[in-house]
Amino acid sequence: MVRTLEHWLLRLVAGLLLLAGLFLTFKIYIAGQPLVALACLGILAAGTFVYTSGKAYAYRYLFPGVLTVLVFVVFPLAYTFSIGFTNYSSRNLLEYDRARQYFLDETYVVDGESYAFTLHADGPAFRVRLESEHGDIFVTDPLALQNAVPLTVKVKRQEAADAPLSEPADTKTLIANLKALKLLSVTLPSGQIVSASGLREFAPVRKLYLAQPDGSLKNEQDGSLIKPNMATGFFETSTGEALQPGFKVGVGWSNFTRIFTDKAFSEPFVRIFGWTVVFAGLTVLFAFSVGIVLAVLMSWEALRFRKVYSVLLFLPYAVPGFISILVFKGLFSENAGEINLILQGLFGIKPHWFTDPFLAKVMLLIVNTWLGFPYMMLLSMGLIKAIPSDLYEASAIAGAGPLTNFFKITLPLIAKPITPLLISAFAFNFNNFVLIALLTNGRPDFLDTKVPAGTTDLLVSYTYRIAFQDSGQNFGLAAAISTVVFLMVAVLSIINLRLTKVNQVEVR
Amino acid sequence: MAIVLDKSHRWRVVAAHVGLITFIALTMFPFLMILAISIRPGNFATAGSLADLIPREISLEHWKLALGIPYQAADGRLVKPEYPVLLWLWNSIKIAAISGVIGLLLSTTCAYAFARMRFRFKTQLINSLLLIQMFPTVLALVAIYAIFDRLGSYVPWLGIDTHGGLILAYTGGIALHIWTIKGYYDTIPVEIEEAAKVDGATPFQAFRYVLLPMAVPILMVVFLLAFIQGINEYPIASVLLKQQEQLTIAVGIKMFLYDQKYFWGDFAAAAILSGLPISVVFLLAQRWMTSGLTAGGVKG
Repeated sequence: MVRTLEHWLLRLVAGLLLLAGLFLTFKIYIAGQPLVALACLGILAAGTFVYTSGKAYAYRYLFPGVLTVLVFVVFPLAYTFSIGFTNYSSRNLLEYDRARQYFLDETYVVDGESYAFTLHADGPAFRVRLESEHGDIFVTDPLALQNAVPLTVKVKRQEAADAPLSEPADTKTLIANLKALKLLSVTLPSGQIVSASGLREFAPVRKLYLAQPDGSLKNEQDGSLIKPNMATGFFETSTGEALQPGFKVGVGWSNFTRIFTDKAFSEPFVRIFGWTVVFAGLTVLFAFSVGIVLAVLMSWEALRFRKVYSVLLFLPYAVPGFISILVFKGLFSENAGEINLILQGLFGIKPHWFTDPFLAKVMLLIVNTWLGFPYMMLLSMGLIKAIPSDLYEASAIAGAGPLTNFFKITLPLIAKPITPLLISAFAFNFNNFVLIALLTNGRPDFLDTKVPAGTTDLLVSYTYRIAFQDSGQNFGLAAAISTVVFLMVAVLSIINLRLTKVNQVEVR
Repeated sequence: MAIVLDKSHRWRVVAAHVGLITFIALTMFPFLMILAISIRPGNFATAGSLADLIPREISLEHWKLALGIPYQAADGRLVKPEYPVLLWLWNSIKIAAISGVIGLLLSTTCAYAFARMRFRFKTQLINSLLLIQMFPTVLALVAIYAIFDRLGSYVPWLGIDTHGGLILAYTGGIALHIWTIKGYYDTIPVEIEEAAKVDGATPFQAFRYVLLPMAVPILMVVFLLAFIQGINEYPIASVLLKQQEQLTIAVGIKMFLYDQKYFWGDFAAAAILSGLPISVVFLLAQRWMTSGLTAGGVKG
């Protein structure tokens, strides 16, 4: 066989990919993530096996696709479940080691000579200039000061021969870099360590905490001990006071028990669950009702211009959801919206679409029916086509009207094949995050719940709120609720698969 | 159908027409309204009455802003665009196109294996792929955020607030594409590839030079669908993107309608500007989908 240039290029690319993968793995391992690094290594090994062994030939075509599905769909789901069992939140954001390091990096000012300090730009970087009370001047090398990470640098005495420094930076620049400056420790030639103790001053500091052999930290200033509490995820003083920042620990089922037993969480959860079911159910009911009526009309041969009608009726489905939902948001707007303008002009009323819980729900259902009926129409049209026309001929001979036809022939014959599709639509709307996020954002909120929760929130948007919006950012709790929703969707999917299978068997 | 038509039949036809036209007028109302608002001067209905529904004078100020052109207001002020709509649109197109191409590459090869090869766990694998697809990504948002936050500390251009990260997050949703493409491959007679193999082609050559050229129509359709899916995606983008100039149109355009900064007219122009091309592409993809699939659907 002739080895073409393409062939060798492919090898080269594969080799480079492997090297890049190994480098990334190494980097992750160095960063202190041995488990992640191990997983990467496993993937690389599997990849190498698949592309070199003749036995796994078919998997050469599958490997990249399956891998991305595993990494970006399956793994996030599994990871969500595992977060549900931790206290991961904005208060417990760091890993244990990072939180411990944070305490170990803390310093306090001790007695001793302090230094007046000025900041001098040096290209894009900065030099720190320290001047003692006796007039000794020390200058650091240029520092980037871009990342707020703890940093220890040495200074050298400024000599007359050195290039002069630029003008001292103004206060604004100083404040902009304060975060990085606060974490800067400067070792003087004498060995003394000084840190920023104010906007203009560096003073000798000492580490506040000293690590003890048993894992606790000793406060050097007052001699007290703080201990990590692995159950709550905080370092605690002897009196039990929790210190920020906390760290991430496993908390077992406590997030789940909180959802179902803690009143502050279970009450909004139950209400929101109720509305989620009602919302998904009514949406499917309305969209399907409108859709099937239209589908019957579109299949009526006596009607002219059906093609034009069906194209126009299909339009709401073609417009991107994020645009039509926002268009409705503006049209329904209470003061400036065109819908209220019309209602005001015709009936003299101005409904509060966004502040009245009931009207907000009505609005959501109107908008979602508008969004959903074309799809239902399309599905029903396909199914109606499959109904043999002699049934209608027979019923016409028997003198049946259109309503009888609809309820005795069309609907019963469609019911079975369309049920799985309706269940999918229910499951989709059960998680219709985009509609809620863009139209009402869950508002108006319940007034009587301790945790912020909205009357129009679905479980998914409630989860999003807990995780990303309201103060607290309780990722652990949000992940636990996601897990519960996941289980519900799983049950729906299983029912759906069963029904689809039954249908298939009957067709045969 | 040869059926005797009675008198009620005729007025039923008329009633159906009237009903349909009324219904279509209702469903079209938002579209017509948004068009009127985009050419109406100002961001609010000024007269506060029904007369506002049809613009009395036409002004292109909102369109100018949507296209990024400053304009001079009636009082002589220079009004500058509040938000970079074209940049957002470009971001969306870039992200959706790249992730669409990657998704297409991954799914064509997978579909080939599923359609033409025998291997262990084949049915289990494709069934579980489809099952996984049923679960909404919204449920994994927390994990997706955490993953890309972490990933960003190793590979900065794949972290939070990067387009690389978002593209990567989108490429996972390929199960449905695999299924669609496999369905099309199944309709292409396997004999042509076998003939190529008899002539000494490797399975990959048979795939690359024989099957792939025949599958171009479905690949186009799948790419367009993936592209639209990428443009319309909101939840993941809203979590991963932060800075204004990084946003996609789906995340950015809602900023026009914040309670404190309400730009109804500017929104209308931006909505038409971004919505119209996407809708047209979608309608085309739908049409090609049906015609493309039936064209290949000649089973022996």
